[in-house]
Amino acid sequence: MARKPITVEMLARVEGEGGLRLVIDGDRVREVELRIFEPPRFFEAFLRGRSFMEAPDITARICGICPVAYQMSAVHAMEDALGVTITPEIRELRRLLYCGEWIESHVLHMYMLHAPDFLGYEGAVEMAKDYPDVVRDGLALKKLGNEILRVLGGREIHPINVRVGGFYRAPSKRELRELRDGLARGRDASLATVKLVAGFDFPDCERDYEFVSVGGGGEYPFNEGHVLSNKGLDITPQHYEAHFEEFHVRRSNALHSRHIGHGAYLTGPLARYSLNYQHLSPLAKQAAADGGLGPTCNNPFRSIVIRAVEVVYAFDEALRIVDAYETPDRSFVDTPPRAGIGCAATEAPRGMLYHRYRLDADGSILDAKIVPPTSQNQPSIEDDLREFAAGWLDETDDRLRHLCEQAVRNHDPCISCATHFLKLDVVRG
Amino acid sequence: MAEPPRRLVLCVGNPDRGDDGAGRLVAALLRGRVPADVVVAECDGGAAGVIEAFSGVDCVFVIDAAVSGASAGTIHRVDCAAGEALPAGRAASSHGLGVAEAIALARMLGCLPRQCVVYAIEGARFDVGADVSPAVADAAREVAEGVLLSCPSVIASWPPAGGVRPALGETAAPCHCEAAWPKQSCS
Repeated sequence: MARKPITVEMLARVEGEGGLRLVIDGDRVREVELRIFEPPRFFEAFLRGRSFMEAPDITARICGICPVAYQMSAVHAMEDALGVTITPEIRELRRLLYCGEWIESHVLHMYMLHAPDFLGYEGAVEMAKDYPDVVRDGLALKKLGNEILRVLGGREIHPINVRVGGFYRAPSKRELRELRDGLARGRDASLATVKLVAGFDFPDCERDYEFVSVGGGGEYPFNEGHVLSNKGLDITPQHYEAHFEEFHVRRSNALHSRHIGHGAYLTGPLARYSLNYQHLSPLAKQAAADGGLGPTCNNPFRSIVIRAVEVVYAFDEALRIVDAYETPDRSFVDTPPRAGIGCAATEAPRGMLYHRYRLDADGSILDAKIVPPTSQNQPSIEDDLREFAAGWLDETDDRLRHLCEQAVRNHDPCISCATHFLKLDVVRG
Repeated sequence: MAEPPRRLVLCVGNPDRGDDGAGRLVAALLRGRVPADVVVAECDGGAAGVIEAFSGVDCVFVIDAAVSGASAGTIHRVDCAAGEALPAGRAASSHGLGVAEAIALARMLGCLPRQCVVYAIEGARFDVGADVSPAVADAAREVAEGVLLSCPSVIASWPPAGGVRPALGETAAPCHCEAAWPKQSCS
């Protein structure tokens, strides 16, 4: 039977450069290829020979949206290698910094990139004509997240205040208190966001994912915990590479990942929420219930609701930390160099981010491995398209193209980070 | 007595990406030379940051790099407040929202400054770590001098009658801002 191609040359409203190709044979989706042609960025090689103290600032440059995630995974991995334990006060400040990043990243994706899919617009600019208040709300919420980064990180993008062992400078109690009114307004506004996005129409698309997330630390995960899955995995980050492997596919400059012996898995909001629901704050749990969510969610199109709930949680958690804050005597613990290997997994807005470093006795980096969430999610995104597109074959090519792009955007992929991602070709016959 | 207009020169770009640093170079050339009421700010060109920078501003010059196929150093002038639009193609900034989208969004949201002129300097090379091209550096100096000359005229002509025409000449070729802002990337 003849085959007909449908192509999305360049996926819009995702970060980085990639495309998508579908080959449809009659009533069957024959091939799905997520192509990532963003050039490789070689950060792991850049790190070799540099001091362990430079890793947070170098790895932050991997991403302008989620630099904190790279910094956090880097510092925790270094501290693991050095055998250093941070203080509870530093731990709380790191959670606060992560709250800021989740807010600004999730809000950007929900309001500017994903909402237009559900409301029927090409993008945020077109949506702003009919929904100016929605766009204004999104910009205002994002600013509040950025403000946390500015105060605690020194600047909004690529923070400069994070160091191995803690922070170069701890904020004063007054500086954090000045965030409080904005955070309280943000928390109220984030509840309205849950109501807004929960009212969108969602296709009835569920999949039996293997969810993988940091968890098990008795809290909704940012920085610390085991690597958990809903299929029974429970390991420390130090054992990550014994259970997960990267592999190269010709169509992607980003390495794919699989759970050895199991295959594709999903990291990100669906996984994090489904594995850690019990640790959400009461307010976030109530918001989830009001948004129509149960304790787990297998519909990736509803990821926008989970992001909204996580924003409620991030504001709630930020307020808790700000209210309890006392300026610590020291903003960091000492980190004398030594030879060693250190690993860490933390939760970037779009999923689990694993780092591993091998250090020489003088603290210089001998070897580095960085596994970003989008890289891990590529096989699952392709599986989503393979399964969901089969139900959309009666749609016009334009509509099919749009639905496929939306399915990719469900996971807020960050291609630049992963290249270490989009364009859509559909071949139909 | 009427409030004086709040004026901003917003210099956009990445100084570590060759000619993408043109806007930042203009900022360096303007520091200490602009009237006290003129704010010179720098940013990476993300839409949220640009719209935030517009807050409370009556008059803004936005300086950025451009790629249109014109020769390096060509200065494109776009009077956004007069209705001219930047070509909003596929911005290379994080998650696809850059200066062109920011200006279009600001217009939709009713928060575009009453005067908004973009000077986009045609770049030739955007490699990581590259220097600014000599032709782009010359154009940056011309834009900086043009902004300095325009600042008093903006005040003098405030409130504008039919739009302000700063000193720099217009160019025939439209700029294509979709390729002009190779910013930091994002996971």
